[in-house]
Formats: sequence, structure tokens, C-alpha cells
Amino acid sequence: MFKYLKQLTSLVAMVAVLFTFTTETMAAKKSKTLKNTQKKGFVRCGVSQGLPGFSNADAAGNWTGVDVDVCRAVAAAVLGDANKVKFTPLSAKERFTALTSNEIDILSRNTTWTLSRDADIGLTFVGVNFYDGQGFMVRKNSGYSSVNDFKNGISACTNLGTTTELNMRDFFNSKGISYEPVTFEKADEVVAAYDAGRCDTYTTDKSGLAAQRIKLSSPDDHIVLPETISKEPLGPVVRQGDSVWEDIVRWSLNTMIEAEEYGVTSGNADSMKTSDNPAVKRLVGAEGELGAALGLDNDWSLRIIKQVGNYGESYKRNIADTGILPDRGPNELWTKGGILYVPPAR
Amino acid sequence: MNIKKILPQLLTLLVVILIFGFFSYNAQVNMENRGITFGYGFLSQESSFDVQFSLIEFDGSHSYFRAYLVGLLNTILVSVIGIIFATIIGVVVGIARLSNNYLINRTAGVYVEFFRNIPLLLQIFFWYFAALRALPLPQDTEPMFGVFFLTIKGFFVPAFIWNNLDIFIYSIIAAIISIIFIRIYARKKQENEGIQTPVLSISIGLLIILPLLSFLFGGVDASVEVPVIKQLSQSGFTYEGGIKLPPELISLALALSLYTATFIAECVRAGVQGVSKGQKEAAASIGLTPNQVLKLVVMPQALRIIIPPTTNQYLNLTKNSSLAAAIAYPDLVLVFAGTALMQTGRAIEIVSITMLTYLSLSISISIFMNWYNKKIAIKEK
Repeated sequence: MFKYLKQLTSLVAMVAVLFTFTTETMAAKKSKTLKNTQKKGFVRCGVSQGLPGFSNADAAGNWTGVDVDVCRAVAAAVLGDANKVKFTPLSAKERFTALTSNEIDILSRNTTWTLSRDADIGLTFVGVNFYDGQGFMVRKNSGYSSVNDFKNGISACTNLGTTTELNMRDFFNSKGISYEPVTFEKADEVVAAYDAGRCDTYTTDKSGLAAQRIKLSSPDDHIVLPETISKEPLGPVVRQGDSVWEDIVRWSLNTMIEAEEYGVTSGNADSMKTSDNPAVKRLVGAEGELGAALGLDNDWSLRIIKQVGNYGESYKRNIADTGILPDRGPNELWTKGGILYVPPAR
Repeated sequence: MNIKKILPQLLTLLVVILIFGFFSYNAQVNMENRGITFGYGFLSQESSFDVQFSLIEFDGSHSYFRAYLVGLLNTILVSVIGIIFATIIGVVVGIARLSNNYLINRTAGVYVEFFRNIPLLLQIFFWYFAALRALPLPQDTEPMFGVFFLTIKGFFVPAFIWNNLDIFIYSIIAAIISIIFIRIYARKKQENEGIQTPVLSISIGLLIILPLLSFLFGGVDASVEVPVIKQLSQSGFTYEGGIKLPPELISLALALSLYTATFIAECVRAGVQGVSKGQKEAAASIGLTPNQVLKLVVMPQALRIIIPPTTNQYLNLTKNSSLAAAIAYPDLVLVFAGTALMQTGRAIEIVSITMLTYLSLSISISIFMNWYNKKIAIKEK
């Protein structure tokens, strides 16, 4: 009888452990991702393998860019420090699998929001941080001034596994032009092949073209054609099934845009606490209990603005001042003729 | 049967089943939680992307299954080209390493040590971007023999346009069948009467004469379509007509064969050195010429040592061809496990199909090489 006692105890212990796990997961069901992030002490963020202005690492390994700033904003809101982010560079091909298999918690990697991605493969898009569209870059001396000059047999370099591949087909098909698609897994190889003369044109999102142009051997010999052949709303993505985490990421991004709308910057955020405008006071946490609704403290939005800045500051720092796209185009506030319009934080 | 022997086997089997069960259950639960459905129905959906180079007709209106076939055929194509060239280079270099000539011997040695010690991916990049840098733009190309154009956009070669191609193919098949019969007859004649028949010259003659007859009497007709330069823009050109081999295919095949050839060369060297010296001396002493010694005594024994490790190299080459995705050669990994996976998001389904495909490819090569190995093994009479 005693012979089996030991086994019996360990069995009981195992069952007990199992039960604790189940009850624990049920209690934490509200947001497993938030809880894990707080436990780890950093936000796990998937970014590109180097796209200047959006997500790019310098020689010292510091990441900068508007996509990077979204993850920094979430880190500031959730952990109190915008630097507590672990960046994982991902190719276009790897990005969704990395997110759905729990390698990262936010994918902020110039990713186009489409129906099939949103609905079919376990992802949720939380918003748009850059309105873009696909364009074509060609050599200046080709004499092309419009996509209407393209002829049968043109070869086009682009990235593998992107909406670009699909748009390109739709475009050339509608024009009745036969073309040769040359698709690489990494952007650096696309640039190198186009630069060497393998392709007549390089096609991707226009922001990407502007950013990659800097990497060409003589950027001034190339132009981006005026036409835009698709809508590419780029934004951060989270896993489906954790709506609290989804809300945190969505409202971290919205806070940055709303802060610009109300003129709250990283410099003046503290002084705005005494503003007369209740919307501004809510934004810096001086009024209301908005943080509690997300399971955060009330200073979450103030920290985002102070540590990362508002959307305009982020755009200026990463995209305008680096000479990639000095003109904000559609990525201007709705009050200034653009289409950036976010729901009110109240 | 002893229960003590069966029980451990059963337990192992049970554990394996449990592990598999756990992982598939886990995957199922996780996918359900994230609203991902599982199924292979997507294979019949329209693929809506294009591929730059395919052996069968393909465009975005075809299904994902056809995209899979395109990728598979491209993988097989580059593997077959790679295996042929790797074997030729490997045999030449392997024999060169055994040469008594110091220069030939050393050159072969340096080649082997250099190419097998650099990672393959680096070599692929090197050949691809070296090719892109070195090759001329279409408008600057000097044609080879007036009809071949090697440019940065690809190697443009003339295409044959056939009339009654089937009759031509039948004539070749007829030639091959008659060669097989002649060989059997020649061997019997040698065994019975000791008379040698010049099989090689008869075979070559048949292979030339029968297809030629099909041209003269079978109504077979072929015209050649030479690539013509075409202007795309003020500075951009390309070629139209003929067959185009993309630079990606050329540099990938080059990198794969140069890399794998080093290993095959070592197999060949080991095989020849593995035949004992006494065999050669005995053969020479009964009056065989050096050529006959190599052909009748050394090679049949060396092959038995060479084949099994060379099979491994063929398998490696086929699997290594999946590095194609790095340089835009549309192989199985790039087309199916790349673009198709991205567009459908069906990671588990597509990766499982891709894995099974590589497995079947490897097993087919393995079976064929084992058959060949058995065929040349010592037959005890």
C-alpha cells in the first residue's frame, strides 16, 4: 500500500498544478498579452528589416521610424518607458506567422490593411498610421514620364509576399501589358538588382520607394512616376482574440494623432494639464478616468506624448527631416486638408 | 513472442502517438482561438499573382495548385541542371586530383578546398550579383554566333518552331530502342563467339540517321526563331522571341554545381584510390591497355564506392536549391511557400505540402540511386 503512496501524492500534486493553471488563465483572460508584457518588462514588436523613416536600425542598434514609434508609444503606456521594446526584424514573408505564433505582440511593419488579412488569418488591424499607395520608380534617362509609357516585356522588381505582387498583376492586366515580375525575399536585394539594371522599374509602396531611393548608387538618376495604382493603408496589427490588448494599441496610436490635433507636444504636455480645454485635459490625464478603461493608470497618454511625441513630431523626426517625404500629403490632419481622423478620446 | 520484447516497443509507439496528438491538438486549439480555419480547399482558388519563369503556362488566373506545379517544376529543373554539371565537373576535378601533373593536381586541390569551405548562400549571392555587375545591358550585348544573347536580363537563345514534332520524337524513341537491342545482341555475340561489335559508332549513327530520315520523309520541319532586340524606353531594351533563361536560373545552377562538384570530386578521388593497386597491376600484366584498365577493372570497382556518397550529394543539391528564394528564382519555396503562403496565410497547410514534396523528391532520387548501386554491385555467380 505504502509502495504506491508516493506516486499517488505526485499525481495529486500534478492535478493541483493543472487546476491552478486553469484558474489562473481564466482570471487573466482579460488580457493575456498585457499580463505577459508586464511580466516580461518589455513590448515585443515586429518591424521591417530596414526601411528608413518607418523602421530602421542605426549602427548602434537603435531603432527609429514612425512604425517603431507606435511600439514605443505602447511601451510608454503599458510599462512607463518608451525604450522597453524588443524589436524583431521580419521579412514580409515571416511577419504574420511571427505574430500568430506568439513570437511578437505587435506587428508594426508597413503592413497593408486588407479584408482577407483582417478576417482570414487570425489578425486584427487596429488603425492606420500611414496612408500610402503603390507607385513605380524608373531611371530618369528612360524617358518614362507616366505608367502609360510602359511597353510589353517590361521587367519589374519587387518584394515577395506583399500586396504589391497582386496590385502589379491587376495593373498590368488592366493595361494589357505583358511583364516580367522579379520578386526577392529581402528589400536590399530588390534595390541591388534594380540598381544593377536587372529591372526596368521598381514597384512598391510610394513611401518605400522614397525611402529605398536613398540606398541606390546615384539616387538622383531615378524618379518616382506620379501615378498611384492602389490604396495602401499601413498600420499596426495584433493577434485576434485579445480585445483589451487590441484597444491598448489602437488608442496608443490614436493618442499620438489626437495630441497633434490639439497641439499637445512632448515639450508642452506637462503645462497642458492646466489647459481650459477639457479634451486636452483628458489627453494629458488631468481629467477623466480613461486609463482605467484600458486597465492602465491615468498617466498612460501623458507618457506617450512626453516620451514619444505626437504624430506630427514623429513624422517630422523620421520622415520629413530625413528627406524621405517632406510633404505629408494625405498623412496630414483632417483639419489641415489630410485624411488623418481619429475617434475622440473620451 | 516474448512480452518483454514487445512492451518497450509498444510504449515507444504510444509516446510517439501522444506527442503527435499533443502537437496537433495544440495547433488545432490555437488556430480555433485565433479564428483560423484549416483546409486544403484554397489550392483550387485563383492565385492572382504572376511568375517570371515557368515551364508550363501560368498566370494569375490559374489556381494555387498550378502555382505549386510551377514551383515544383522549376525546382526540378534547377536540380537536374545542377546534378548534371556537378557530376561532370566533379568527375573531371576528382580525376584531376589524382593526376601526376603537379599543376593540374594542385589546381584541382585549390578549387575543392576553396569552394567547399564557403557557405553556399554566400556563393549564390556572389554569382548572382557578380553576374548582374558583369553582364552587359541588352543594347550593349555582342551576340555569340549571331544568335545567342547573354545580357543582364537573361540569356536569350533561339527557339525551334516545329512541325510534326511528334514524328521526330518517335524517330528518336525508335533509335533508342534499336540501340538497346543491338547492345544486347553485341554482348551475346561477345560472350558466345568472342567477337566485339563497334556498338558506340552504330549507336551514334542510328541517333543521327533515324531523326534525319524523319526530316526527309516524315514531313518534320523546324524553323529557328532568333531573339530580336526591342526598345522599351529611351534607355531600356529587352529581347523578344526565342527562349529566355533568367540570370537567376543561370547563377543558381552555377553556384549549386560548383559547390556540390567539390564534394563529388572528393567521392570520385576516394573511389578510385579505394581500388587496390594490385588490381591495376594484375590487369596491366594480362596485357590490357591503360584505357581498358580504367574502363574494365578500376571504374567498375570504384563506382561501387563512389555511388552511395554521391547520392547524398545529389540529395543535398536538391534541398539546397531552396535557397533560390534569396535571388528571385521562382522555385517551390519562393512561389509556393513564399508568395502563395503570404497571399493565403495557410502556413500549416503550405509548409506541410512543401515538406512532403521535398521528402518525395529526395526519396525518388534515393530509390533511383539505390537501384543503380545494386545494378553495379558485385554479382556473385
